[in-house]
Amino acid sequence: MMEVISPAVLTTVQDGGRMGWQAYGVPASGPMDALAHRAANLLVGNLPHTAALEIGLSGAAFFSDEDCLIAAAGPGFALWMDDRPMPMWTAIYIRRNRVIRLVKNGPGNWAYLAVHGGIATPPVLGARAVYVRAPLGDAPARPLAPGDRLPVGSAAHPLLELAGRTLDPACIPYSPSPQIAVIPGPQAAQFSGEARAAFYTARFALSAASDRTGYRLSGPPIPYAGGEMVSEGMARGSVQIPPDGQPIVMQADSPTTGGYPKIAAVIRADQPILAQTPFDMGGVQFVETTIEAAQARYRALIQRLDGGIGLADAEREWL
Amino acid sequence: MVRLLPLTDSSLIVYLGEDIDPVINRRVHGLAAALRSASLPGVTEIVPAYASLTVHYDSLMLTHDQVAAWVQSHAGAVNRTPERAPRRVEVPVVYDGPDLLDVAAHCRLSVDEVIRLHAQTPYIVYMMGFLPGFAYLGTLPQALITPRLATPRTRVPAGSVGIAGAQTGIYPFESPGGWRLIGHTPLRPFDPQREPPFLFAPGDAVQFIPVPGDDVP
Repeated sequence: MMEVISPAVLTTVQDGGRMGWQAYGVPASGPMDALAHRAANLLVGNLPHTAALEIGLSGAAFFSDEDCLIAAAGPGFALWMDDRPMPMWTAIYIRRNRVIRLVKNGPGNWAYLAVHGGIATPPVLGARAVYVRAPLGDAPARPLAPGDRLPVGSAAHPLLELAGRTLDPACIPYSPSPQIAVIPGPQAAQFSGEARAAFYTARFALSAASDRTGYRLSGPPIPYAGGEMVSEGMARGSVQIPPDGQPIVMQADSPTTGGYPKIAAVIRADQPILAQTPFDMGGVQFVETTIEAAQARYRALIQRLDGGIGLADAEREWL
Repeated sequence: MVRLLPLTDSSLIVYLGEDIDPVINRRVHGLAAALRSASLPGVTEIVPAYASLTVHYDSLMLTHDQVAAWVQSHAGAVNRTPERAPRRVEVPVVYDGPDLLDVAAHCRLSVDEVIRLHAQTPYIVYMMGFLPGFAYLGTLPQALITPRLATPRTRVPAGSVGIAGAQTGIYPFESPGGWRLIGHTPLRPFDPQREPPFLFAPGDAVQFIPVPGDDVP
């Protein structure tokens, strides 16, 4: 069991996401930073979509009642075991009852704590990802609280053999005030040339009203010239322009449908960078790219990450 | 197919029209059914909406062009008549909502006429969204069309039956909401203990049945 000593502002269990229920209005959920989540899992020898702890916006502390293998990943956090500093982005063997503490020490919003065997809470609608806005199973929909105990899956591998594997975090190029690549959204052509120019030249600040549903941006209002739309599909990464002209970038808990025009969509490769953009620094700027370039960048990013972990050939086969 | 566009770099959207129209919506559900049976590895979600269909896929396994070609190859399915009649769901309603009198006044009808018109109309589930289990039901008779509340309520109880514009629906969870509440149902559109957990699916036919207040919690 992994027990919560103190949760962060928002700590939840997240696996790769809930698939197959969007037609019923159930969002995908899953990690805000899919790359750090993947890295943490691969470092401890888990499959990439295994359930791990997502620690949001502040530090947190846990302990395990059994010896375990963990890895913590995410920009702007430091890891401690009792009073000893430990490396992030590294598989570490932790003895039972030691305090595992994540502490904020720089720009970044979300950290992942993966444990070998995975967090083994009962799946709900086929996934362990927690959606805090509505109870999808028997348990109440809420973030983790002090004293919560989470079952951990049994070890599939001798833990000490995996300890010490590490990833160079330069494999994921986080930035405190990034340029975020987007492709045009379905309603892009209904925005005027001036509106699109404003969208691509502005530097948008991230509003504190942002959350796992969407990041609200503030900057020059982007006017929409088209007519009213009927609700249509929406996805993580979609950039909606509501009537006040302030963009909302949909995140992991994005509703499945929406009725505001979408001027652009953040590419998959840059979604983790955007998710980790600090709220009180330079903000973001958008740059347009093609879907071909976007998909190629994501494949290259995953290959670089997987390659940077030093996996055994046998492990590579199941990726 | 009218238009097919990327939604993101791991999803695309197919537009079969622009409006809330039962004929277009039936074609959306026809295409969705055909794509679900065709089942392309790497396609993770098929999400119908009023006049469009969204296909989500794993962009490590498939490119946009591959998924677009696959969708186009099933384009003929939109004209196929469904193999069986839609599933019918009956929803008992106690018509005692806090906005019932306002709706009657706005529509210049008696409360009884509002109830009769709402309950006698057969609806279809155009799409689901906004919240897990929230079904957008249409279409209300012209005489009942009423705009949303100017200021949404912060708490609408689960099971509340509401109307907004030409749509009607049932809140699956307690949530904020701006629809005009005309009644409530003891049925839960989403119940994790039930098999199936969702009462409605896109394309279902829905009939509201007025029931007296005393018998129903």
